[in-house]
Amino acid sequence: MKTLRLHLVAALVVALTALGLCDAARADAVDHSLARFAADTFDQTQKAIEEIAVSGHPTAEDVLSALAAGRLFVHTADKAVLYRDAVGVLRSARSGEPAEVDTQALKPVRVNNRVRRSIEAAVGSLTLLSADPEKRRQAALAVLKSRDAAQLPLLETALARESDAATRASLAIARAAILLLKADAPDTDRVRAAKDLTSRGDQESAALLRSVPPDAPESVRSAAAAGVTKIEHRLAFWAYLQNMAYGLSLGSVLLLAAVGLAITFGQMGVINMAHGEMVMLGAYTTFLVQDVIRTRAPGLFDVSLFIAMPLAFLVAGGVGAAIERGVIRFLYGRPLETLLATWGLSLILQQTVRSLFGPTNREVGTPSFMSGALEIGGLSLTYNRVAIVLFAVAVFAVLLLVLRRTPLGLQVRAVTQNRRMAAAMGIRTDRIDALTFGLGSGVAGLAGVALSQIDNVSPNLGQSYIIDSFLVVVFGGVGNLWGTLVGALSLGIANKFLEPFAGAVLGKILLLVAIILFIQKRPRGLFALKGRAVEA
Amino acid sequence: MSRGVIDRTTLVVLALVLGAAVVVPALNLAVSAASPFHLSDHLVPLIGKYLCFALLALAVDLVWGFCGILSLGHGAFFALGGYAMGMYLMRQIGSRGVYAHPVLPDFMVFLNWKELPWFWHGFDRFWFAAVMVLFVPGLLAAVFGWFAFRSRVTGVYLSIITQALTFALMLAFFRNDMGFGGNNGLTDFKDILGFSVQARSTRAALFVASALALAAGYLLCRFIIASKLGKVLVAIRDAESRTRFLGYRVENFKLVAFTVSAMLAGVAGALYVPQVGIINPGEFAPANSIEVVIWVAVGGRGTLAGAVLGALAVNAGKTWFTGAIPELWLFALGGLFVVITLLLPNGILGLASEVFRTGRWRRSTPVRPVPSPAE
Repeated sequence: MKTLRLHLVAALVVALTALGLCDAARADAVDHSLARFAADTFDQTQKAIEEIAVSGHPTAEDVLSALAAGRLFVHTADKAVLYRDAVGVLRSARSGEPAEVDTQALKPVRVNNRVRRSIEAAVGSLTLLSADPEKRRQAALAVLKSRDAAQLPLLETALARESDAATRASLAIARAAILLLKADAPDTDRVRAAKDLTSRGDQESAALLRSVPPDAPESVRSAAAAGVTKIEHRLAFWAYLQNMAYGLSLGSVLLLAAVGLAITFGQMGVINMAHGEMVMLGAYTTFLVQDVIRTRAPGLFDVSLFIAMPLAFLVAGGVGAAIERGVIRFLYGRPLETLLATWGLSLILQQTVRSLFGPTNREVGTPSFMSGALEIGGLSLTYNRVAIVLFAVAVFAVLLLVLRRTPLGLQVRAVTQNRRMAAAMGIRTDRIDALTFGLGSGVAGLAGVALSQIDNVSPNLGQSYIIDSFLVVVFGGVGNLWGTLVGALSLGIANKFLEPFAGAVLGKILLLVAIILFIQKRPRGLFALKGRAVEA
Repeated sequence: MSRGVIDRTTLVVLALVLGAAVVVPALNLAVSAASPFHLSDHLVPLIGKYLCFALLALAVDLVWGFCGILSLGHGAFFALGGYAMGMYLMRQIGSRGVYAHPVLPDFMVFLNWKELPWFWHGFDRFWFAAVMVLFVPGLLAAVFGWFAFRSRVTGVYLSIITQALTFALMLAFFRNDMGFGGNNGLTDFKDILGFSVQARSTRAALFVASALALAAGYLLCRFIIASKLGKVLVAIRDAESRTRFLGYRVENFKLVAFTVSAMLAGVAGALYVPQVGIINPGEFAPANSIEVVIWVAVGGRGTLAGAVLGALAVNAGKTWFTGAIPELWLFALGGLFVVITLLLPNGILGLASEVFRTGRWRRSTPVRPVPSPAE
C-alpha cells in the first residue's frame, strides 16, 4: 500500500512537471545532463557534454569552458553541479547564480584528452549559434580548420538562421570543405562544394581541392582539378600585380634619390658622392622635427612630415650650396677630383652626424593617415608606399615645372648646354651653379623625408642609396629628367621581377652586370645630351 | 724626369725598400727583446701589410696617374688575388681544422657540402695558386676592360661602373653558397709552403717577400713608363682623342695597362692575406677601393714614388688615429680628401718638388691640363 501511494505521488509529481512550462522541461533535461557529471565516468561526462551542447541552455557555454579549465565541480552531498567562473565566483551550473557552498565538499569533474576534444568541438558548435556575429564567424573558421564531419548538421542549422552576409559566407565555405572530403556525400553536393571552394580562391582552398582522394568519383575529381588550376592562375595574376606594385614603389624611391643627382651631374658634370648624405640630412631633419613636436606640441604629429619637408629642403639645399661654394667651385673641369673631394665630404658629414646623434638608428614615426594598407583583390598596398609613389611623382612634376617654366630653370638649362655661351649672354654662371647644386641637394633632402618612413634613419642611410642613384643616373642619362624617371622605374621593376627567380642578392648582381653591359652599348645612358660641347 | 729606367728617385725608393727588407727582420729576429731597437712581433706583419698596400697603390697609380683611368674598383683585383692565396692556405689546413676533415675546409663541412667544388681543385699546389693569383684578376680586368674601353667609356662613367663591378663582387662573395666562405671569409690558416704561418721566421720571410714584390713591381712600372708604351699612356692621359687621331689604338694600350695593373694588385692581395690571417668579402667594399685612390693622391699621382709614399703615410696615420682618437679618424680621412684635391693636387711629392725648386709653395696646377673643346 505504501509503495502504491509512493508511486501515485511520484506519478503526480511527474505529471505536474510534465505539464510545466517549457523552461522547466528544458531545465529538467539540463539537470539530467548535469547529473551525468556526478557519475564521474568519462563516458557519462562525454554524453553530458554532447547533450548540453545542443540544449541551448544559457549557461551551457560557461559550463563547458569551466569543465575544460577544470573548474567544474560536483557537490559530494547533494550532487549539485557548480562551476567557478572566470573571476573565481562559484556559481550553480543550472542557473548561473552565485552559490554559497562549502568548498570542502566539492569534487572536480575529471577530463581526459578524448573528453577535451569533445569539449572543444562542443564549444565550437555552441559559438556557431552564439548571439555575437563575430563569435559565429570565428566558430565558422574554426570548423573550416577542423573539418569535423560531425558538425555538418549544426552548420546547416546555423546557415539557415544566419543573417550576417560575411558570416554566412564563412559558414558556407566550412560546409563546402566538409562536404568535399565526405566520402558518402552525394556527388552533386561534392561538385558544388568544389565550385564554392574555387570561388573562394585562396591557398587554403587550393590545398583542400588538391587533397581530394584519388578514389573519389570522376566528376568530383575533375571539378577539384579544374578548381585548382583556376585558383593557381588567379593567384599568379595577383602575384604579378603585387610584384609590379613593389617594383613601382622601389622605382619611386630610386627616382626620389636619383633625380637630385641627375640635376647636379647634368649641370656641372659633378658626380656628387655626398649626395647620399644629403638624403641622410633630410631624414635626420624629419627626426628632429618629430622630436620637437613630440615634446612641445604633440597634437601636430600628423602634420609633422609637412613641416619637415620645407625644412629638409632648406637644410640639405643650404649644405649643398655651401659645398658648392666652398669646395666644388674650385674644381671645375676636373670631374674626377670633384668625385674624390665629395667623397671626403661625405665621410666628414657622416662622422659629424654620428658624433652628434650617435651611430644607432633613430626612430621616425608614421602619421596616422599613412598607416595601414589598402587591399584590392589579392593586392596589398601599404599606405606609406603609396604616399611615397605619389610624392615622387609630385616632386618630379614640380622639378619639371621649375626647369621648363621658370626663369631660373631656363638659365640652368642654358648653362648645362653651353656654359660659355650662357656666360656670354649675361647669365651669372657661378650663381646658377650654386643654386642648381642647392636645388639638387634640396630634392635629396625631400627624398630623405620620404625615405625616413620606410628605412632606418642612421648615419649610414646615404651609403645604401648612393650606388643605386649613380646607376640610375648612368643608365638613364643626364639629357633630361625623363631619363631619370624611366631609368628609376625600369631598374626598380626589373629588380623586383628578378627577385622571385634569383633571390634578392643574385637579382641585384644580375642587374649590375646588365647595367655594365648596357653602358658598353650606350655609354652616355638612355637619354643622352648630344652635341660637341658635351664631350668635355 | 727620367732618361732610363733607373733614375735617382728609383734608386732612392729601391734602396729604402730593400734596406727595410733587411733591417726590419733583423731588428725583429736578431736583436733581443730587451734592447730598445727591438721591433716587436706584431709590427712585422703590420709593416708588411703596408708594403702590400704600397704595391696596390702602385697598380692604381699606373692606370690613373699615367693613363688617366680612374678605377674605383681595384680593391676587387686585390681581393681576388687574396682569395686565390686564401684558397691555397685553406687547402693546406687539411685535418687540422675544427671539423678535422682531410679535404673539405671547415665552412664546407659546416654547410653540409659533400665534396670539393670544381673551382677548388688544384689549389692544394702552390704553383697553381700562384698562377691563379695572376690569372684571375688579369682575366677579369681583360674582359671588363675590353668591353669598357672598346665602347669608349671614360671619365666618371668608367669610375662608376668599376664601383658597380666591385659592389657586385662583394654581394656575390657574401653569399654563403658561393663556395668561398661566405660572410666569414677564409681564415684560420696554419701553413704556407710547409712553414707555420704564425712563426716569427715565416712572418719575416713574408715581409721580405712583400718588400721584394714591391721592389719588383716598382721596377716593372718604371720599365713600362720609360718605354714607348709609357709615352703613349701619358699621351692618352693628356689628350685621348688626339692620340687616337694620330693612329694609336687607344683601347689596346689602355687594356694592357689595366691588365698589368690588375695583376700587380692581385699579387699585393696574395701577399697581404697570409700576413693578416684572413680574407673576407669586406675587402671588395667600394669604400676600400676609393681609399686606395686617396693614397695615390696624397703621395702624388703621376709619380710612382708618390704612390708608395702616400700608401705608407696614410696607412701609418690610420693605424695611429684609430688607436689613439678613433672618432676623429673619419674626419681626418675626409679632410685629407678635400685638402689634397683642393690644395695639393700633386700630393706631397708635388709639394716637395715645388718647394725644392722654387723655395716657396704656390698652389700648383694639376698634372692633367683642362681639356678645351678643340681636343
